[in-house]
Amino acid sequence: MARIDLKNVAHSYAATPSSENDFALKKLNVCWQDGGAYALLGPSGCGKTTLLNIISGLLHPTQGAVLFNGTDITSRSPEARNIAQVFQFPVIYDTMTVYQNLAFPLQNRKVPKGEIDVRVRRLAEMLELSNYLSRRARDLSADEKQKISLGRGLIREDVAAILFDEPLTVIDPQLKRSLRSQLKRLHAEFNHTMIYVTHDQTEALTFADQVIVMSEGEIVQTASPQELFERPAHTFVGRFIGSPGMNVLPCAIDNTHAILEGHAINIGRAITLPAGAERIEFGVRPEFVKISDSKDALPVTVEAIEDAGRYRIARLRFHDLRLAAILPESAPLPSGTTRIIFDTENTHLYADSRLVERRA
Amino acid sequence: MQKTRDHKALWLVAPALLLVAFTAVIPLMTVVNYSVQDTFGNNQFFWVGAEWYREILRSDRFHAAFLRQIAFSATILAIEIPLGLAIALTMPKKGLGVSVCLVLMALPLLIPWNVVGTIWQIFARVDIGLLGHTLNGLGIDYNYTQRVGAAWATLIIMDVWHWTSLVVLLCYAGLAAIPPAYYQAARIDGASRWAVFRYIELPKMSRVLLIAVLLRFMDSFMIYTEPFVVTGGGPGNATTFLSVDLVKMAIGQFDLGPAAAMSVIYFLIVILVSWAFYTIMTRDDFESSGGAQ
Repeated sequence: MARIDLKNVAHSYAATPSSENDFALKKLNVCWQDGGAYALLGPSGCGKTTLLNIISGLLHPTQGAVLFNGTDITSRSPEARNIAQVFQFPVIYDTMTVYQNLAFPLQNRKVPKGEIDVRVRRLAEMLELSNYLSRRARDLSADEKQKISLGRGLIREDVAAILFDEPLTVIDPQLKRSLRSQLKRLHAEFNHTMIYVTHDQTEALTFADQVIVMSEGEIVQTASPQELFERPAHTFVGRFIGSPGMNVLPCAIDNTHAILEGHAINIGRAITLPAGAERIEFGVRPEFVKISDSKDALPVTVEAIEDAGRYRIARLRFHDLRLAAILPESAPLPSGTTRIIFDTENTHLYADSRLVERRA
Repeated sequence: MQKTRDHKALWLVAPALLLVAFTAVIPLMTVVNYSVQDTFGNNQFFWVGAEWYREILRSDRFHAAFLRQIAFSATILAIEIPLGLAIALTMPKKGLGVSVCLVLMALPLLIPWNVVGTIWQIFARVDIGLLGHTLNGLGIDYNYTQRVGAAWATLIIMDVWHWTSLVVLLCYAGLAAIPPAYYQAARIDGASRWAVFRYIELPKMSRVLLIAVLLRFMDSFMIYTEPFVVTGGGPGNATTFLSVDLVKMAIGQFDLGPAAAMSVIYFLIVILVSWAFYTIMTRDDFESSGGAQ
């Protein structure tokens, strides 16, 4: 088990990167605490897997250093780093039985037979693979194969960290939920450092204590799930997390008011914009948009109502600005034109996509 | 629901049936027809039943040719399959080297068979051939027209030179189809190079290896042109393989009946042995479970 630090790490797949755009992963510094459960969240192609492969040693970063417990291990092989990694698609050894598959990482490390047997049987129990142990791995279904892959990642107890690269993609939703909670349980039991890559926000938010949101090769925010929801540090985080994502509307600033298409909205505090800010945006999550008949409310047109089961989403328009509001189940359905207000405490301002901090 | 009964489907399979009939079934049946009759020319035929089959199966000449053929194919397979596999494993995986290697590998396959025979016939000659002359100059008594060992060695080396590439290309294709995640997982699991070969590469290549073995077996079992050009079946009958013998019988002696019977037997042997290879090599796919460890 280890604390993992990335110091000024950047990676480019080009042989001779010439510009910033050649980098799949832009320069970053991260510290992962020993025993933490982290999620790397971001859309496909944002550099999550690259970052993961740099930690496991499958990739050598173009720049920077990887430290385990303070020791520079950048040039060490994945084997020497003692890392476990689970891949997106099931990787199984075709000719081996399920038992042999699970035992393989231990055998390669010359763990005594008796101990291997104990661990394999215990893990198989947890993953509900006990009945398949003597079956040949390739005869199993995709779900079960992925459980074997997961099992090979979890079988070693002394690993520095366990890395998951979208491991539940091929698994059906029902099983997904149960495996996710098993992973959480395993984390609580063994206290491994776990890093979990996913583009599914539910997966990230339920698994991790700390979520690292990435976009275009950069880390845009590292925070707890709650903080990501309440105070997105970047408009990308606001839009990416939440269903639907945050309303982000271009605005101007007049002291304590944000001006949306000529309509002033009180944000309850004086704003100091960073020097040279070009694009100012007003952000509010649909959860904090309320239908109201107060006289300074924003007049909007209702374009559509979507039923999402437990709540309804109203798609609204104010001049050319489009925004969404979440209506509680019991609320009367607006139609035609209506008026909305924002929960002042939960409104944010963004300068060039970055959050303008409130002052205490 | 009413079932439609018409025979439109017949028209769809008719072209394929016709093609197969003219290219395979009719010629084959002609041979079968000859194999149960005797002729003295004049287009007159007499029914002799299984006579020719009995004669061929009892003849020492056929037995000898058959054994030589088995020995030749076995040697070829024992060399070309491991060698091809080894070369494929050492070939570069990306970059310019890939194209260079692939082109070099494909070259022998593009040469017509009788040209391959001619190349080696001249290359191995004792008087003017680079190989033959050099070997003799080094004090090795090498002469493929006189010595059985030398004749066999020449034919085997020639076949290895000509056909190992095919095995290499098939294996390389099989290797290229293995997703990178398998190698990454193996590195994470701490697998040795041998374990990667044994548990990832070999199982993933089993299908292409089966094809390579079948193709090389069938081709080498039916080899004709190269021994005919290089040794002409000699010295003596030392390199008279089944097909060389067959041609001698059919064209040299014009024994149509026995030659036809031999063709049918030959054909059945090729099918039988190919089936045996297929069954043995895919046996693993059909049996289900094994022990826990």
